Amino acid sequence: MAAAEQSAVQAPELLSWDSKARRVVVLYVPLACFLLILLFPFYWMAVTSFKPNAELYDYTTHNPFWITSPTLDHIRKLLFETSYPRWLWTTMLVAFAATFISLFASVLAAYAIQRLRFRGSQYVGLAIYLAYLVPPSILFIPLATMVVQLGLFDTPFALILTYPTFLIPFCTWLLIGYFKSIPYELEECALIDGATRLQILTKITLPLAVPGLISAGIFAFTLSWNEFIYALAFIQSSENKTVPVAILTELVSGDVYQWGALMAGALLGSLPVAIFYSFFVDYYVSSLTGAVKE
Amino acid sequence: MSSAAFDWRAARHQPGWLARLFDWKPFLIFICLLPAVGLLMVFLTYPLGLGIWLSFTDSTIARPGAFVGLENFEYLMEDPVFWQAVFYSVFYTGVATIGKFALGLWLALLLNNHLPFKTILRAIILLPWIVPTVLSAIAFWWIYDPQFSILSYVAVDVLGIRERNFDFLGSEWPARWSLIAANIWRGIPFVAISLLAGLQTISPSLYEAALLDGATPWQRFRFITFPLLLPILAIVMTFSIIFTFTDFQLVYAITRGGPVNSTHLMATLAFQRGIPGGQLGEGAAIAVSMIPFLVFATLFSYFALARRKWQQGEGND
Repeated sequence: MAAAEQSAVQAPELLSWDSKARRVVVLYVPLACFLLILLFPFYWMAVTSFKPNAELYDYTTHNPFWITSPTLDHIRKLLFETSYPRWLWTTMLVAFAATFISLFASVLAAYAIQRLRFRGSQYVGLAIYLAYLVPPSILFIPLATMVVQLGLFDTPFALILTYPTFLIPFCTWLLIGYFKSIPYELEECALIDGATRLQILTKITLPLAVPGLISAGIFAFTLSWNEFIYALAFIQSSENKTVPVAILTELVSGDVYQWGALMAGALLGSLPVAIFYSFFVDYYVSSLTGAVKE
Repeated sequence: MSSAAFDWRAARHQPGWLARLFDWKPFLIFICLLPAVGLLMVFLTYPLGLGIWLSFTDSTIARPGAFVGLENFEYLMEDPVFWQAVFYSVFYTGVATIGKFALGLWLALLLNNHLPFKTILRAIILLPWIVPTVLSAIAFWWIYDPQFSILSYVAVDVLGIRERNFDFLGSEWPARWSLIAANIWRGIPFVAISLLAGLQTISPSLYEAALLDGATPWQRFRFITFPLLLPILAIVMTFSIIFTFTDFQLVYAITRGGPVNSTHLMATLAFQRGIPGGQLGEGAAIAVSMIPFLVFATLFSYFALARRKWQQGEGND
């Protein structure tokens, strides 16, 4: 009787000890490995960009994982001896302009598809969804000939006008999902009160859709900041290049790569999106998962 | 009484013809769809058609070129570099997709537990996906450096398991595997976060019922988690396959197709022949050859989506 009671008391304890150890092995160790692997390249990027060249190319006397005498040389070189600030400015301009155009077009399109229901609106929605599945790798050659014919070659307008092709489908899709979550009754009330359709859009639907607009905006901004193939194909002169293209084509010169400056460029080029993203990470994650769930 | 009724009518604003036009539904629908559909037509649908047309011409950067029928494709059929690119595109997509989904699913299952700092953890994990691919690719290029690779340092000097440095990008197969590893690294976060969203929609009562029935963890995964995750898995996988197959940035940044064309994907080969090489027609033909693969992936997505709606008994809404 007593023994049975004792074992009944002990059993849960044993079980909990067992599950705690198990939890560490099954959960925390793999998770730590994932984090280590996913974050290491960033750490390595940061360490390299602050290392003096003497430490950078000498692993025997210096521990490569740490910096003994950090330096801003690479960043100074990048900012003052190359046109890096100019590239950053171009990238920013293109990203903001493309984001603005895509948001404008997507809001109207999503509103028309989701709220002004008309015959065939589903098919328009499906067509826009399918447009997202057409990757830039197929389009860049014909687009390059178009850009040349329109006289836009080597100007930021070439990028501002072509980026919306992959931004609009995504933003429209995301905003349709968002508009769906706004109760239709609100609009019906406004209609009964005599509001016009445009008034409903600007005074009721849009203010309620601000979170959706923010997440679509962040997506569009990061996607256009990261875009590479169009910027590589349509821009030739050094001062009009965007950061990702410029780092790869302008900083990689000759046989000896300036790894410190390259890494500093990569770090600085990643920072704006990373900062932008960190402010709105909740919107980002929820809309990413929401868009996938749609 | 009647004066009150009159006041009510007078207070009502009579809209002008412009306002009435904008309140007319067909016109409003047209105006609302115009920017999006117009932009997509001009810069997406038209170039798609133009690309197919270009693949049947011998145009170069300098001149428009004439219709040559299937000549470009016939030439490509006999080009070993093209077949190598097709092979590597399929291999790269296959291996990277399997790797991404195996590791991403594992990470999603780990994150689905009760963890401290879960929000921050999710934010950090997404970083590789946020950062411009080219810039993280440059970081990988540095990690794969023949002389100063940190991985070689760890293997040779710290662990002492190797005699010589790794030759990551110098010869065919190591270069291919290195690129696949970098692609998997970049793809894991997206897969993990999307699948995590799917995992969170699975009702816990199903697991409770399974526990009461004495199901093992493997059985719970096999008969509850996996089937319920399948619809999202199918969609995410389609996207992943399309964008891995048409990948350009990673390969262009790290190897530019070398050594000896062994790591060319179809997209990088199309770029190399089309833009710097100037053979627009040939480049377009290579790009057009990717379309059948993409159509296949899209149909896969469509039917997965349709099946999901049917399963949930969802209407057309």
